[in-house]
Amino acid sequence: MPSVEKSGADPMIAFDGVEKRFGDNVVLSELSFTVAPGEHVCLIGPSGSGKTTILRLLMTLEKCDAGTITVGGTSLSHMEKNGKLVPADEKHVRDVRKRIGMVFQQFNLFPNMTVRGNLVEAPTRVLGLSKDEADARAKELLDLVGLGDRIDSHPTQLSGGQQQRVAIARALAMRPDVLLLDEVTSALDPELVAGVLKLLSDIGSSTDITFLCVTHEMGFARDFSDRVMMFDGGRVIEDAAPEKLFTAPEHERTQAFLHAVVDR
Amino acid sequence: MDNLGTFLSVLSQGLPFTIIATVAGILLTIVLSFVAGLALMSSSKTVRVISRIYVEGLRGTSEVVQLFWIFFALPVLVGFQIVPIWAGILVLGLNHGAYGAEIVRGAVQSVPRAQVEGAIALSMTPAQRMRRVILPQAVVEMLPSFNNLFIQLLKSTALLSFVSINEITRQAQQVLVPRFNPQAFQIFLLLLVMYLIMSLVITAIMRTLERVAAARVGRKPSARSRSQATGAGIA
Repeated sequence: MPSVEKSGADPMIAFDGVEKRFGDNVVLSELSFTVAPGEHVCLIGPSGSGKTTILRLLMTLEKCDAGTITVGGTSLSHMEKNGKLVPADEKHVRDVRKRIGMVFQQFNLFPNMTVRGNLVEAPTRVLGLSKDEADARAKELLDLVGLGDRIDSHPTQLSGGQQQRVAIARALAMRPDVLLLDEVTSALDPELVAGVLKLLSDIGSSTDITFLCVTHEMGFARDFSDRVMMFDGGRVIEDAAPEKLFTAPEHERTQAFLHAVVDR
Repeated sequence: MDNLGTFLSVLSQGLPFTIIATVAGILLTIVLSFVAGLALMSSSKTVRVISRIYVEGLRGTSEVVQLFWIFFALPVLVGFQIVPIWAGILVLGLNHGAYGAEIVRGAVQSVPRAQVEGAIALSMTPAQRMRRVILPQAVVEMLPSFNNLFIQLLKSTALLSFVSINEITRQAQQVLVPRFNPQAFQIFLLLLVMYLIMSLVITAIMRTLERVAAARVGRKPSARSRSQATGAGIA
């Protein structure tokens, strides 16, 4: 387990006083936390506690109502123009986005492209890689996720576990600094879950990517994370190293939650 | 049916006009459908309002009156007479393009939001997302509805007889019926069969496109596409 202590370094992700409402429903309130570069953080907690919203805010799929979010020191919502802070335009947002990758619960692969197409599309069109470079990168990543022989398959011809591996490879092909994992094994058949989690652990230990994961897999959270944040009602109610949080949780809400999930 | 040969030959003289108007009308319809359909979803309110006026205006008024207007009223305003076949194609395209715009909009909006989010997560631009991810999937959904629209357009070419274009309906009505009045039943039956054959050709082409498009997104043609296609005999 790599150490959490990376004090002094600028955080890779920083939430400062973030609030998010959907109508009258306050999903996140006064949320502040930071994630250091290369740190692996898992978000756990009951459904509807705002965990996925955090990832969606980072991926700029949602906008926050108050507070600031920065990635690598760059604000998602504002940019500097002529010395003044103005709302971010599409280009600024896209530039920050390039540092962030996301793997979704439902994979979200493009059905109108082959596996290869899914992997080379953004690297060529967004990062400007040549076709050959992107293709080489796609092959290398598919080998890494164990699907080197399925490069010309259609996503619909693959099992859920294989599709999720392709989605992970697709996110990695953009060489992100930050990878967001949104309940990536929740839609998978039980026998496929372990393989995908093993793959993520391998990637986690062999790269310096910063991970932020929402998961209901407590075993994975314990083994993979440097830090676990327990959420409830849009707030972090406990933030600790996994050894501590899973063995001696301080907050009674955490105790109740872990009790309920582990005894499931 | 002693005069079958004569009937066929006179009606056939009208076929080129019917076919040209249909094909050109379909091409114009496709272009206008995509332009207006995408404009209906534009982020600019002005663009949305303009395309909404086009769609409601052309969809909500009579095709025959539109044709008269372009053919008889417009020359008075702009000072030149538009060639009848062009006027016909223009009205067919404008009118069916208004319906097609809604088909395009509906199909684009039916592509799951998750696909857009997948593309956003890969930092694709809005144009790239539309062109590379959304439209290729939406087209599969559009094809059955476009099949219906194109068949309607084919049948609407009969309206061109109002502006003296010698397409097949006019040939039947103006040339054959006055001369062979007792055989009007056979003449119009023949006319019906000609329209039916042409519509079956359209359906056959569209069904082929549906299959190709569905295979591209890795699925079989949807149940919807099978039930909506009108050419029941062609599978």
